[in-house]
Amino acid sequence: MSVDAATVRRIAHLARIAVGDDEVPHLQGELNAMLAFVEQLSEVNVEGVEPMTSVTPMEMKKRQDVVNDGEIADDIVANAPATEGHFFLVPKVVE
Amino acid sequence: MTDLTSLTLAEARKGLAAKTFTSLELTDAHLSAMEAARVLNAFVMETPDQARAMAREADAEIAKGDAGPLAGIPLGIKDLFATKGVRTTACSKILGNFVPTYESTITSQLWRDGAVMLGKLNNDEFAMGSSNETSCFGPVGNPWRRDGSNTTLVPGGSSGGSASAVAALLCMGATATDTGGSIRQPAAFTATVGIKPTYGRCSRWGVVAFASSLDQAGPIARSVRDAAILLRSMAGHDPKDTTSVDIAVPDYEASIGKSVKGMKIGIPKEYRLDGMPAEIEKLWSEGAAWLRSAGAELVEVSLPHTKYALPAYYIVAPAEASSNLARYDGVRYGLREQGRNIIEMYENTRAEGFGAEVKRRVMIGTYVLSAGYYDAYYLRAQKVRTLIKKDFEDCFAKGVDAILTPATPSAAFGIGEKGGADPVEMYLNDIFTVTVNMAGLPGIAVPAGKDAQGLPLGLQLIGRPFDEGTLFSLGEVIEQAAGRFTPVRWW
Repeated sequence: MSVDAATVRRIAHLARIAVGDDEVPHLQGELNAMLAFVEQLSEVNVEGVEPMTSVTPMEMKKRQDVVNDGEIADDIVANAPATEGHFFLVPKVVE
Repeated sequence: MTDLTSLTLAEARKGLAAKTFTSLELTDAHLSAMEAARVLNAFVMETPDQARAMAREADAEIAKGDAGPLAGIPLGIKDLFATKGVRTTACSKILGNFVPTYESTITSQLWRDGAVMLGKLNNDEFAMGSSNETSCFGPVGNPWRRDGSNTTLVPGGSSGGSASAVAALLCMGATATDTGGSIRQPAAFTATVGIKPTYGRCSRWGVVAFASSLDQAGPIARSVRDAAILLRSMAGHDPKDTTSVDIAVPDYEASIGKSVKGMKIGIPKEYRLDGMPAEIEKLWSEGAAWLRSAGAELVEVSLPHTKYALPAYYIVAPAEASSNLARYDGVRYGLREQGRNIIEMYENTRAEGFGAEVKRRVMIGTYVLSAGYYDAYYLRAQKVRTLIKKDFEDCFAKGVDAILTPATPSAAFGIGEKGGADPVEMYLNDIFTVTVNMAGLPGIAVPAGKDAQGLPLGLQLIGRPFDEGTLFSLGEVIEQAAGRFTPVRWW
């Protein structure tokens, strides 16, 4: 399988990465090189094989449903590019 | 007094305990070495004031007689580990001036045990790379150069700063992370020892995530014993990481010098690649011979799905990365680029903040997870991963204690030499190491010799889950036979 220029633009939008028209051809080439490389997996017979979900055989650990952290709003917003009080500021999303 | 930077961690520990020198002296010696080696670009942030304060504290504890196992030992920390109050960037522009308000579990355990932080080490952006050339702080120089050449070579990656700093004697050991070979490949390129422990052995909490089902932290060190000492402090159960395993941490150092007599060592025939350099082939047989003369039994084994590990990795790792890196959106931390609306703000931030390799991987990951392609790519790759793991399980079920392979298909190469036209050329560096991440196993790279141009080469030992101890015993045999390698200082 390979991707065309329109698909490259669609993937970029899905990944939320702005891509200029001048970048599309080389991205298309690189993505197709990677897709060509992984193509060899189609040779493998995976009939009846379970997909891996956990590399170490262990049961999912569960935590007690209790509050064990918090009251650190200052820390949470400390690195944000734009804040007001304890809120993150973003461009207007609702008209 | 001998140059304090030339000691191993184990030797320094002895000297500190005997009060032959202080941690402040040891730390100052390394801080000077670090300053004199800025041309290597191994450190992206130097923290000399913090280092001296920590050293004084360690000296006080040593004087009181209640020093921790790493008391006063100066270390470098890969910039992927969150360090409270000290900028942490994963060497990406998108994290900007991110200053964590918390400490990663691994580094907090190192400080608990008395270690001293010298600074933060360079790495490939988000640990995506095999040469440390994708860092937003620029490439790292390998302290090793070809005989008679002035060309600067890469130290490998992604833990290139860690490997370079340890090899150049700028720190006594370093933290590193390994998703497809990022500890073992740079260790092999710089004649240092690097171990990727079993998945779940070390907590991932506070380590910038790349591909969560593959990421595992470990040390890069000057000797096998030093690696064992460091891993003991780094490992352990952490309730904050649900994949961290609740198994007691053994005294890895006790494995050093343990007899390997009667151990069964597998030599996987699938690792004998067409066109493999004769030097690598020779190194591999030499390693086998050393283990045999130490009493181990060498057997040929088969890992039939080996060739599919790298292609499966280049589906699984980017898929997980595309999901993990979705958090960099210009809202909660790091860089923000303005846009006419919120979507444009996300897109412009990520276009400006991510480098080329990261964009490529996020995009391929997005593609293989997108509607209509998930089954063909991601699901198939996860099935292949089950088969890769089964290959190893079958091998261990036949009584094999560990597997011996080359660590890399070549020695270090020059900056800008690889991957310019085709990204896959760079990916092939990890051909011997990536299988281990796919199966969640422990793997150690130990320096074993040099190529015809005088560059170091390493061997890899792969162990059973949670059997790092055996890797240290076997690694020590190789180290004793091969000797230690130190680069000639040119910086």
